[in-house]
Amino acid sequence: MIAPSDEAGVAEAVRAAHAAREPLSIEGRGTKRAMLRPVQAARTLSTRGLTGITLYRPTELAISARAGTPIPEIEAALAEHNQQLIAEPPELRALFGVEEAATLGGMVGANLSGPRRITWGAMRDHVLGIRAVNGAGEVFRSGGRVLKNVTGLDLCKLLTGAHGTLGVLTEITLKVLPRAESSGSLVLRVADIAAGVRALSAALGTPYGVSGAALLPEGHGAMQGCLAIARIEDFAESVTYRLDRLRTELAAQGEAALLGREASEALWRDIRDAAPLNPAPEEAVWRLSLAPSRAPAACAELRAVFDARLLLDWGGGLVWVAGPATEAAHGAVMQAAAGGSFTLFRGPDALRAAVPVLPAEPLPLAAIGARVKSVLDPAGILNPGRLRA
Amino acid sequence: MISLPEPKPEILARRASILADLARLLPADAVIGEDIRLRPYETDGLSAYRQMPLAVVLPRTTQEVAEVLRYCHANGIRVVPRGAGTSLSGGALPLADAVVIGLMRMNRIREINFEDRYAVVEAGVTNIGITKAVEGEGFFYAPDPSSQLACMIGGNVMMNSGGAHCLKYGVTANNLLGVTFVTIEGEVVEIGGTHLDAAGYDWLGLITGSEGQLGLVTEVTVRILRGPEGARAMLAAFDSVEVAGQAVDAIIGAGVIPVALEFMDKPCIHACEAFAHAGYPLDAEAMLIIEVEGSVAEQDMLLGRIRDICAQFKPISMKLAESAEQSLAIWKGRKGAFGAVGRISPDYLCMDGTIPTGELPFVLKRIGELSTQYGLGVANVFHAGDGNLHPLIMFDANDAESFRKAEAFGADILKLCVEVGGCLTGEHGVGVEKRDLMTSQFTARELDLQRDIKSAFDPGWLLNTAKVFPLEGNARIAA
Ligand SMILES: Cc1cc2nc3c(=O)[nH]c(=O)nc-3n(C[C@H](O)[C@H](O)[C@H](O)COP(=O)(O)OP(=O)(O)OC[C@H]3O[C@@H](n4cnc5c(N)ncnc54)[C@H](O)[C@@H]3O)c2cc1C
Ligand SMILES: Cc1cc2nc3c(=O)[nH]c(=O)nc-3n(C[C@H](O)[C@H](O)[C@H](O)COP(=O)(O)OP(=O)(O)OC[C@H]3O[C@@H](n4cnc5c(N)ncnc54)[C@H](O)[C@@H]3O)c2cc1C
Repeated sequence: MIAPSDEAGVAEAVRAAHAAREPLSIEGRGTKRAMLRPVQAARTLSTRGLTGITLYRPTELAISARAGTPIPEIEAALAEHNQQLIAEPPELRALFGVEEAATLGGMVGANLSGPRRITWGAMRDHVLGIRAVNGAGEVFRSGGRVLKNVTGLDLCKLLTGAHGTLGVLTEITLKVLPRAESSGSLVLRVADIAAGVRALSAALGTPYGVSGAALLPEGHGAMQGCLAIARIEDFAESVTYRLDRLRTELAAQGEAALLGREASEALWRDIRDAAPLNPAPEEAVWRLSLAPSRAPAACAELRAVFDARLLLDWGGGLVWVAGPATEAAHGAVMQAAAGGSFTLFRGPDALRAAVPVLPAEPLPLAAIGARVKSVLDPAGILNPGRLRA
Repeated sequence: MISLPEPKPEILARRASILADLARLLPADAVIGEDIRLRPYETDGLSAYRQMPLAVVLPRTTQEVAEVLRYCHANGIRVVPRGAGTSLSGGALPLADAVVIGLMRMNRIREINFEDRYAVVEAGVTNIGITKAVEGEGFFYAPDPSSQLACMIGGNVMMNSGGAHCLKYGVTANNLLGVTFVTIEGEVVEIGGTHLDAAGYDWLGLITGSEGQLGLVTEVTVRILRGPEGARAMLAAFDSVEVAGQAVDAIIGAGVIPVALEFMDKPCIHACEAFAHAGYPLDAEAMLIIEVEGSVAEQDMLLGRIRDICAQFKPISMKLAESAEQSLAIWKGRKGAFGAVGRISPDYLCMDGTIPTGELPFVLKRIGELSTQYGLGVANVFHAGDGNLHPLIMFDANDAESFRKAEAFGADILKLCVEVGGCLTGEHGVGVEKRDLMTSQFTARELDLQRDIKSAFDPGWLLNTAKVFPLEGNARIAA
């Protein structure tokens, strides 16, 4: 493994690999190695040596850090000023069975967002600026450190979620926001997934600024049944008022209970990290993104094919699935996601190498994509095979 | 003055036959060739620049757009996409050898889904038209550029437009789910859809804000949001720019993110007051308009908190709206700011840099010095929460020297924005206006990478050429 301690070192390593036409596996701390397809590369370039927060201006709502900075370090710095990462990225150590914390670069490279995505936007919405090394070993920047910037093509968005295939992120600036003074949740016991998605749509259709809307088909902990959960994060007075309004307006949707701040925070941490799925080590995990009203049918289709354990977030638009790591199960996921999107989020190498781990692109777009890839990675050395065969 | 590339003589020579070909591809009323009917398209919101196009076409369907593009691509004809033509950076300025593709006839709302909270609209639907279509159910489309009565969603996507409320709700990019995209070869591609965050490369993100460089957008799927219970504004006036800036920092530092946080300096306050009679304090050096949302009790609570914070900075005056009408009155002057400046000066250039908010006092002081140096007046409005600065430089377009100075003054302001850690444009785009300043923000290599990405979409550089990228650097690509 090559783990340079600065950006110049990353550029040098990539230049050498480019000259030698030698593929590189790009990673932070490798916590998401089991995500998408296994990379075909003998050598690994890690950004774990690029650490540290380089700029943090709480009143400007922006933080910059080197790509290898562990997420907990960033969250701790933000917490000192009562601020937070807006997209609420999941903590996936348990899901991926790893010890180390994820890095900022990995989180952005995978565009991972948690429950707050539904109202406050995805990771990609908050990437204000990047520094990166392309596949020829050249350093380039896009965006900056200000909240509004439309200068030139937005390569921040292109590299966010590209899983290291278009460049090695070396430094990232994110928009951040104050942490809400308080929070709480309304829990509704609903008949089934369809009723649950209807309840969540109703909740998101109120004027109360619901900041999390999830569905636990098999309950959670002591709470039994199919549960629809809506969260409010706001000033304390507003949390009380808004939960009360939500409870009244959603009274017809199911039997209701309110969770105070502590219980609510614990529950949403579990939802964020997909903890209720609790997959066995040999099982696979998928994420589907759909229009919420499509989710009930998709869930039914999956359950008809395999013993799918489900967790829905984003008002029903995000479906987490755990099940057997078989091509049959994967085929069912691909079918169920028609009209939307899916990722094989975790699985054994054999399955990941055998199936498309993301939806295919329309041909004209795939052709453009291949040209864009060869602009940013002319020798095709960055994470070959990670996204597609 | 910014130069445009030489028209291709062989295209100019073939004008008559090109018009005849286009008339075969499209219904007769969709092709414009007569001078008198081309005239309205010779400029956009950056009206100092004018150029008559070769022809204008006004397709009604995605298929018609695709056919025109296929034809132009096969014949090496340049294309300039156009929405409502309100671009303030000359993004929709025609070229002499280009066909302007106007999307204004594609103005149908195709689908509204309240359960899944999206609307599918054609590119020529106006920004306000989306909100009008969904407000009956209490929903709205969040990004609200001041030009929202006229500007179209296709133009908004291509400029990644913002508005006064984007501090809370984000800009266009943050409110999109999908687009129907037509490549220069005339291929129609669906990108995104009605779901969030499709896996794979974020083409939607790359296309948003790409200023017509990569392809045309004919339909857009936007997120619609349920509106708040209510909203109310307050006004706080201070006797110095620094102190107003400190108040902004204190509000955000206290964890309060208002939906809007607008800043006006003295010349702007005076111009707006003369125009709108909004009751603005004429003795103030700087004024903030702050809007919060929620129930009446929540508005009271939030405005109370903000008032207490502002009170620590010795405001000259504060006014809390007690009703929706009073709120509108507070906004009236701000919303009419461009028009108001238009009344006190024959012409103005609207700048659009962004700065780190902490640099505000320094930047406004430098702008004041430059104003004296150039002998041109300037009024500043500013989205204070996000650092997006709109200095309005007043000049006289009938006086060539005055225009030259105004452009030089504007360029100095934008370079200053970059120097203090900001950028050339926060929401109006690069267009032709800021094209030649791109080298102050990007290295030559960074610009070349962006050019190469354009080439991946548009190998022949037919799409909206002469915008965004400095011409000299384009030579390498053409070669
Ligand atoms: C008075 C006034 C106030 C304004 N206030 C704001 C504001 O508050 N915030 C803000 O962000 N902007 C503002 N603007 C700028 C302008 O309104 C926006 O940039 C707007 O999004 C442009 O939309 P349009 O339909 O007029 O597009 P046009 O000006 O016609 O085109 C804009 C660009 O997009 C391209 N384009 C247009 N449609 C398409 C399409 N369908 N496919 C591909 N390319 C296309 C054009 O080639 C051009 O490069 C203001 C302008 C004015 C005149
Ligand atoms: C330079 C320029 C080029 C234009 N090109 C086209 C075009 O190619 N195709 C097209 O369909 N429309 C174009 N328009 C817009 C068109 O002129 C407006 O739709 C029309 O002026 C609205 O007239 P009205 O009398 O209904 O509104 P008005 O009463 O004139 O205006 C109503 C409100 O809308 C605002 N407003 C109106 N027009 C604009 C504008 N263009 N930008 C920002 N705010 C505005 C005004 O400030 C006012 O608040 C262009 C406008 C300008 C300024």
